[in-house]
Amino acid sequence: MSNTRSSALEHLQSSGRNALELEAISRHFGALVALADINMTVRAGERRAVLGSNGAGKTTLFNTVTGDFLPTTGRVRLFGEDVGDMPSYERARRGLRRTYQISLLFGGLSVMDNVYLACSGIKRGRFSLRRPRRDDSTMESADALIRAVHLDDDRDALVATLSHGRQRQLEIALALAGAPRLILFDEPAAGLSPSERSELVEILQALPDHISYIIIEHDMDVALRVAESVTMMHNGRIFREGTPAEIENDPQVQELYLGNGQA
Amino acid sequence: MKFEHWFFNATPGSGFKPSWLIVAVFLIAYPGFSSDFFTFQIGAYSLILGTIALSLMMLAGYGGMISLAQMTVAGLAGYLVAILGDNSVGVMGLGWPWWLTVFVAISLAALFSAFVGAISVRTEGIYTIMITLAIAVALFYFVRQNYTIFNGFTGFAGVEPPTTFGVYWRNPLPFYYLCLAIAVLSLWAVFYISRSTFGLSLQAIRDNPRRMRSLGFNVAAHRIFAYFLSGIIAATAGVLMVWFNGRISPGSVGVEVVIDILVIAVVGGLRHPVGPFLGAIVFVLLENFAIDLIDRERFNTVIGLALLLIVLFSPDGLLGLWRRARQRLSAARQTRLAAGRATRDGGSESYNSLSNP
Repeated sequence: MSNTRSSALEHLQSSGRNALELEAISRHFGALVALADINMTVRAGERRAVLGSNGAGKTTLFNTVTGDFLPTTGRVRLFGEDVGDMPSYERARRGLRRTYQISLLFGGLSVMDNVYLACSGIKRGRFSLRRPRRDDSTMESADALIRAVHLDDDRDALVATLSHGRQRQLEIALALAGAPRLILFDEPAAGLSPSERSELVEILQALPDHISYIIIEHDMDVALRVAESVTMMHNGRIFREGTPAEIENDPQVQELYLGNGQA
Repeated sequence: MKFEHWFFNATPGSGFKPSWLIVAVFLIAYPGFSSDFFTFQIGAYSLILGTIALSLMMLAGYGGMISLAQMTVAGLAGYLVAILGDNSVGVMGLGWPWWLTVFVAISLAALFSAFVGAISVRTEGIYTIMITLAIAVALFYFVRQNYTIFNGFTGFAGVEPPTTFGVYWRNPLPFYYLCLAIAVLSLWAVFYISRSTFGLSLQAIRDNPRRMRSLGFNVAAHRIFAYFLSGIIAATAGVLMVWFNGRISPGSVGVEVVIDILVIAVVGGLRHPVGPFLGAIVFVLLENFAIDLIDRERFNTVIGLALLLIVLFSPDGLLGLWRRARQRLSAARQTRLAAGRATRDGGSESYNSLSNP
């Protein structure tokens, strides 16, 4: 088992394998069909936006990819490897990261501690009873990440005391830690001011080319500027796929977004 | 959520404070001006109970897991000392050398603690309390009904600490210092670990287990390891406890004492490792002197009232009372300073000095 996994990884690194393949994914909550027959492929390095009204199944889709819960039917392949019922921490160690719609942070710890932990999640020594040293490589990468997301002023602040905007920045920093290969952003711009939004767009555009991401975003301005492909979801199904321009000009999509499309 | 946060969540340990030196000098000099009774029955006993409650503080304050099985782990270590070492009841008492007995007792009890963790790790909040209580009650009935190993209802007596370096460790003075050393070592360990990679990960799991999973942490394994570490502390204190009492019986792991540990930790405060020791001192003083104020049977009423008062007026325990009193004092002093400066400077810029005294 582990043999096939590591060889799959090596194969992935040498070829430009897909970051994510979803085959006929469905997810039911009792009688509610949250996802139905989702097929999606995200190439390595691809940046995709997922649009759709509330209840379209976007976050549910993320949860099945991360393994927070398993799909009722269908198959998830991450970096060419069928992840089956692999727990979410194992998927994270293979390079999958995500942010949450409502920030999930460690409120009782400082910004530095939060980022430090995010950086150590995929490293050895997670059980270490020694205090990390200032010149430790994980500490250094945490420091660099804090500077990259402009949180240096709040480095030692308790996270529970941060403003909403800063918490959103930290939310993103946690997903960027430790060599991510595929990041799922769940409404990263929610509640941000216009200037914070453009800062967010800059951060997303500055991500290294090999990192793929999928972004759920209601703000079309943000979504269409940071994505090269768009998937439009409606009632748990994929409604349209295309380039930002195609989606923007699609009359049916416009109808859905302007509120006539409740049916 | 907000309330819980305020109630337990310990923040990682900060640096050295000069007030510690005063406390250290007092603790070292304490037997010098105390009777044997105060050194042994009050001092050493508080330190032992405080250390067991510390093991709970580590789980609850840093890990967000309230286990009622800490006294059970300590009691198991105590039983193992009586079983593997020497006792006077003629059951078991394998006569192993003291160091081997102590080592095996602590190791097995800590593994038992990890086992408790493995069982309760997928539960949260009230369910963790219930499941660990169930384990504690199960062990209580097991040792009461098992005569071949645990000598049932009677338990064991005549359990003695060793005599090493010409010191008989059950004498009040050496025993007090032994308990003090173990307590300080445990306190330091918890304090140090709170800033280690593992300690930070434990606090992060307390704040948000789901996020930790998505960052690559095996949350269940971390929780079980926390139970193991806290088990080492509880078990070490359990060895001291059986040496202190000289005996151990099912009553030593009964529901009442199991809950006492929770009371001690909550009364003292779960936000800082020192809290459980404060709670233990108050508890032991009440236990010993409440009968002077009130009928013997009413002792638990006094403890219950004290708990109620503290939880009502300071949900984060005695430590919280202390913290708030200090904040009020320093705020009052700063206002006074600012007022003094304001009169001196003719009233200008008096508010700037508030923020920058």
